[in-house]
Amino acid sequence: MIRNIILNRLLQMIPVMIGISLLTFVIISLSPGDPAEITLRATLGTENPPKEAVAKLHEEMGLDDPWYVSYLKWASRAVHGDLGYSYQTKRSTIEEIAHALPTTFKLACLSMFFSVIIAIPLGIAAALKPNGFVDHLCRLSSVVSLSSPDFFIAIVFMLVGGVYLGIFPVAGTGGINYFILPALTLSIGLIAVTMRLMRTNLIETLEQDYIKTARAKGLSYRVVVQRHALKNALIPVLIYIGTQFGWLFGGAVTIESIFALPGLGKLLVNSVSSMDIMVVQGCMLTFAIIIVLINLGVDIIHLYLDPALRGQVD
Amino acid sequence: MEYAQSKKELLSAVNQTVELLQNNKTLTTGILLFLFISIMAIMAPLVSPNDPAEMHFQERFSPPSLSFPLGTDQYGRCIFSRVVYGAQTSFFISIISTLIVVPVGILVGMCAGYFRKFDALLMRLTDILLAFPSIVLAIAIVGVVGSTPAGIILALSIPGWAKYARIIRGSTLSIKNSGFVEAARALGAPDRYILFRHVLPNSYGSIIEIATLGLGAKIIAISGLGFLGLGIQPPTPELGDILKDGLNFLQTAPMVALSSSGMIMLFVLATNLIGSELRSITDPRSDNLEF
Repeated sequence: MIRNIILNRLLQMIPVMIGISLLTFVIISLSPGDPAEITLRATLGTENPPKEAVAKLHEEMGLDDPWYVSYLKWASRAVHGDLGYSYQTKRSTIEEIAHALPTTFKLACLSMFFSVIIAIPLGIAAALKPNGFVDHLCRLSSVVSLSSPDFFIAIVFMLVGGVYLGIFPVAGTGGINYFILPALTLSIGLIAVTMRLMRTNLIETLEQDYIKTARAKGLSYRVVVQRHALKNALIPVLIYIGTQFGWLFGGAVTIESIFALPGLGKLLVNSVSSMDIMVVQGCMLTFAIIIVLINLGVDIIHLYLDPALRGQVD
Repeated sequence: MEYAQSKKELLSAVNQTVELLQNNKTLTTGILLFLFISIMAIMAPLVSPNDPAEMHFQERFSPPSLSFPLGTDQYGRCIFSRVVYGAQTSFFISIISTLIVVPVGILVGMCAGYFRKFDALLMRLTDILLAFPSIVLAIAIVGVVGSTPAGIILALSIPGWAKYARIIRGSTLSIKNSGFVEAARALGAPDRYILFRHVLPNSYGSIIEIATLGLGAKIIAISGLGFLGLGIQPPTPELGDILKDGLNFLQTAPMVALSSSGMIMLFVLATNLIGSELRSITDPRSDNLEF
C-alpha cells in the first residue's frame, strides 16, 4: 500500500520535472546572449571565436530549430550533465554549481538546527504558561520578526554580533564561524512560525482526554507533559520544519549575498547581474530539483509517521 | 422596497464592522497604520518637503532639521522625501501585482476544486511554479525582462498566483460538498451560478486575508530585489536601494538605513496585523502566523 503511494508520487514528479525544465528553458531562451558563442569563448579560450565555428555550433545546438527541437536538444544535453559554460569564469556550469552547493547546504542545515533548538523550547515554555511572560515575549518577537525583511535582520545581526560585540566574522568564508550569523538570520522567520506552531499544538494536546486520564491515574504534571503530550505535539512540528527545509534554500539567496557567502544564491544573483545565462539556468534547475526532492522526502517520512495518511492516495 | 432592504443590510454591515473594530484593537491598529502609509505613499508629492532627486551638496549628511525632517544622505538629498517616494513605488507595484495575482489564483483555484477534470492538470502547474523559491524565479525573470516597474510586476506575478490557487482550491473543495451547494445543484443551478454566488462569496474571508498577507510579502520581495541591485533602478527612489546605500554610511549617517528599513517594516507590520487578525476571525481555531 505504502509502496503504491510512493510510486504514485514518483510518477507525479515526471510532469513536474518536465515543466520545471520547460519553464527554465523558456526564460533562458528569452534572454539576450548566444549560448553557442559563450560556449566557444569558454572552450577555445578566446574573446572572439571565429564566426564559422559559432555558426556551426549554433546549428549543432539546435538554436535555429523550432522551439521544441531546440528544447529537446537542450534537455538531452542537460540530462547528460552538460549545462554549458560560464562566460565569466570559463568554467562549466556544473563545476560552478558543485562548488557553490555545499555552502548553501551547510547554511540551510545550520539554520534548521538553530530553529529546532531555539523555537521548540520557547514554544513549549509558552504553551505551559499561556499568557505568561515567555508567551507574550514570543508573540511580540514573532510579529516583529515576521514583519522585518531578512536583509534588515541580517544588518542588525551584523552590527550586534559582528561590529559591536566582535564575536563573529561579518562576511567572507572560512570555518563554521562564518556561518553562524547568516544561519541565525535565515532561521529567524522559521523560528517565529515554529514557535507558534509548537505552542498551539502542545496546548491542544494538553486538552485531550488521554492527558486527563493520565493525570487522573495520578501521574505528575511533569511526567504527563514529558511522556505523553510532548511526543504527540512534536511530530507535526518536526514535519513542518522538514517541509520548510526547501524554503531555507530560497531564503539563502538574499542572505548569501549580504554575508558574501559563495553559495548557490550568491552565484545566482551574480550571474543574473552579469547576464551569465548558462549559470542562471543551472542555478534555477538546481534550486527546483532540490526543493522537489526535499518535498518528496518529507512526504515519504510523513507517510511512515502518520498511518492516517496511508488511506488516501492523492 | 428593495432599496430600503438593501439600505438596512448595508447599515447593519456597517454597524457590525464598527463593533468589530471597537473590540479588536490589533485589527484597528493595523488598518490605521495601513491607511496612514497608503495615504502618505499616494500623496507623496504633497507630503514630501523636497524633490527626492534634488542634491544639496553644501548640506551632505545634515542632521534632521525643519527643511529636511530626517536629514540628508551622501548627496545631500532629503531622506524623508526619498523614503516617502520609495514607499510610493513599492505601494503601487505591490498593489498592481496583488490585483493580478489574486484574481488569477481565485479563478484557477475555483476551477481546480470544482471541476475534477481540470484538477490534476492545474495542480501540476502550481507544483511546477512552487518548485522554484519565489525569489529565484523573480530574480531570473527580472534578469531577462529588465528591472523596470513592469518587469518587476511580471516577476512577482508569474510565480505568485500558484500559492493562492492552492488555498482557494482547498476552500472550494470543502464548500462544494456542503449542503447548500448540493441543494442549489438539486434545484438545477448551473455551475457558473454556484461558483460565483455560493463558492466565491464563502471564500471572501480567506481571499481578503491572503491578499493582505500577500501584499506584505510583495513589499519585502520588491525591496529585496532593490537591495540585491536588481530592483527599480536609481535615480527613482526605492526602499531596498536606499537601504543598500545606507549600509555604507551606517556609522556616520544611520538615518538613511534606519528610515528606509523602518518604512518597509511598518508597511509589512500593518499588512501582517490585518491579515493575521482576519485569519483568527474567520478561523478562530488557528493561531499560527504562517504567511
